[in-house]
Amino acid sequence: MPDKKILLETKDLKKYFHTPIGDLHAVDSVSIKIPKGETLGVVGESGCGKSTLGHSILRLSEPNSGQVLFDGRDILKCNKHEMRKLRTEMQIIFQDPYASLNPRLTVSETIAQPMLVNKVCRKDELGNRVSELMDTVGLASRLYNAYPHELDGGRRQRIGIARALALNPRFIVCDEPVSALDVSIQAQILNLLMDLQEERSLTYMFITHNLSVVKHISNEIMVMYLGQCIEMTDSRELFKNPLHPYTQALLDSIPVPRLQSRDKKRKIIKGEIVSPIDPVPGCRFAPRCPKAIPKCTERDIPLRNVSENHQVACVLFEK
Amino acid sequence: MDLNMEEQMLKIKDLSVEYTTDEEVVKAVNHVSLSLNKGETIGLVGETGAGKTTLALTLMRLLPKVSSRIPQGAIFFDGVDLLKLPESEMRKIRGEKISMIFQDPMTSLNPVLTVGDQIGEALELHMGLTAEENEKRIDEILRLVGIDEGRKKDYPHQFSGGMKQRVIIAIALACEPELLLADEPTTALDVTIQAQILNMMQDLKRKISTSIILITHDLGIVAEICDKVAIMYAGEIIEYGTVKDIYESRDRHPYTEGLFGSIPDLEVESRRLRPIDGLMPDPTNLPQGCKFHPRCPRCMEACKTVQPPEYVDGTHMIRCHLFHQEQPLV
Repeated sequence: MPDKKILLETKDLKKYFHTPIGDLHAVDSVSIKIPKGETLGVVGESGCGKSTLGHSILRLSEPNSGQVLFDGRDILKCNKHEMRKLRTEMQIIFQDPYASLNPRLTVSETIAQPMLVNKVCRKDELGNRVSELMDTVGLASRLYNAYPHELDGGRRQRIGIARALALNPRFIVCDEPVSALDVSIQAQILNLLMDLQEERSLTYMFITHNLSVVKHISNEIMVMYLGQCIEMTDSRELFKNPLHPYTQALLDSIPVPRLQSRDKKRKIIKGEIVSPIDPVPGCRFAPRCPKAIPKCTERDIPLRNVSENHQVACVLFEK
Repeated sequence: MDLNMEEQMLKIKDLSVEYTTDEEVVKAVNHVSLSLNKGETIGLVGETGAGKTTLALTLMRLLPKVSSRIPQGAIFFDGVDLLKLPESEMRKIRGEKISMIFQDPMTSLNPVLTVGDQIGEALELHMGLTAEENEKRIDEILRLVGIDEGRKKDYPHQFSGGMKQRVIIAIALACEPELLLADEPTTALDVTIQAQILNMMQDLKRKISTSIILITHDLGIVAEICDKVAIMYAGEIIEYGTVKDIYESRDRHPYTEGLFGSIPDLEVESRRLRPIDGLMPDPTNLPQGCKFHPRCPRCMEACKTVQPPEYVDGTHMIRCHLFHQEQPLV
């Protein structure tokens, strides 16, 4: 995609957590590019480092090494003051709408908070601006003075979205924004996020473990396993032609709401994710992989292009 | 006719359950009738607050004593009305003939007992085995759910989420129950682990021919392992039938239609989802007529005032006025 303008880019981003028994490799050399106005979906199972990746990009947890380029500028080199300014352009929607709202603030106070902190809005205009945002995300104006405990999960998540939009950001990390919601509400929120993207040409990084959701909303998808990116390609290609054995198993594990799939023999992968603490060199999926060969654990397997827009990290596709 | 009676192991008749608080009455389950044959798996589908878990707790007689009330209905299990049994009799059924898998594997095990002891507890209470036989049975059941028997002396915190759920299933299956209530058994798990657990439940069903009531909100899981489906909304069963009736029939309740429309389809390209507008009704103040009418895209005048009766076509039941007017089902 040489003609598309890249809004966010990471180069070799690493985030390790020190633990008494060694370093936990939460994010290990991840390089991504997200073009302006598009959505990168990040999928993986719990513990694969997808949320940590989101947090590291926003410097909510400080990366150990690598680069994060926002609009061409390395934000890891920014000082506190510059970072604060940049944060108005990069926002996050959190996973749990029950835990990410301050129970002592009303809906309007929560949404007004970022504008007050960043002094971007005059006091006398604040009320109007909050009402406008509530309208944008579909919150009834009678909820202006309501507290979070009075609201259900879907409405709470709408508050989280309004709060993220308050500063007119260009880039939003959506960290599992719909996984705590019922399916019918989930669909409402997904539609809302897609409408907002279209209206405001927002750029999303969409983190989720739900593959059907990620296919629906993403342009490109990255599959993560134990801190590493193991496959990256555009959404349609990934579902049509998954190459990495882990991606194949992941796609095969989704229960499809259709009867024809009932008798299909599934590839079920055995075992569970191994410890991310001081991982041995080689493919981290190898202990569970049905196609593993000795070569898999000899050395680290880099991400390689198999076609113009399809990268995979697996020895089976090395020439 | 006798044969028919024998096969029907569970029959719920016109059951209602309410919770009372100081100010109001919450109608959690309203006039539910349901039956289950031996060896069958039924999927109970609905969103948060539809009354699925309350229904399961009622079957186990585990409802909170102070705040709950059963104004009407009966639950026949092997011909005996469970609601009329004294607690001492119910204790013999609970865990032995009917057992339950709870939703959250992280909180439903006792953290200070080894998993072996927790499986043994049910056996001690119900089976009357010697200590030696008990140990043997614990090993057997652990192997059955795919856990190495050497791990029976481990504590729950030493297990991962998927393994804990296997332990919980082992406890539920220890006495080879006739009926298993599985309340969202895989919701807290990753997809690859979910596939392992579902596969295991299928195998177990074949081996010990238990009937299962599977509570879930995932229509994909239902398509995979259930024989029958009941869709619940606001405490009522609004559609019921075989999986074929629900997944492939032309006629569906608008709510069921909405549930299917809310799932992003992996095989069809579509830009927008067709969600159901609005929210679940307040259970302390349910709407008149059809409970779904305020959210229904095909709502008619009659829906607002008249409770729709059941329209039955073979094995397929729909509770919706639409099927009365467009094509009366006989």
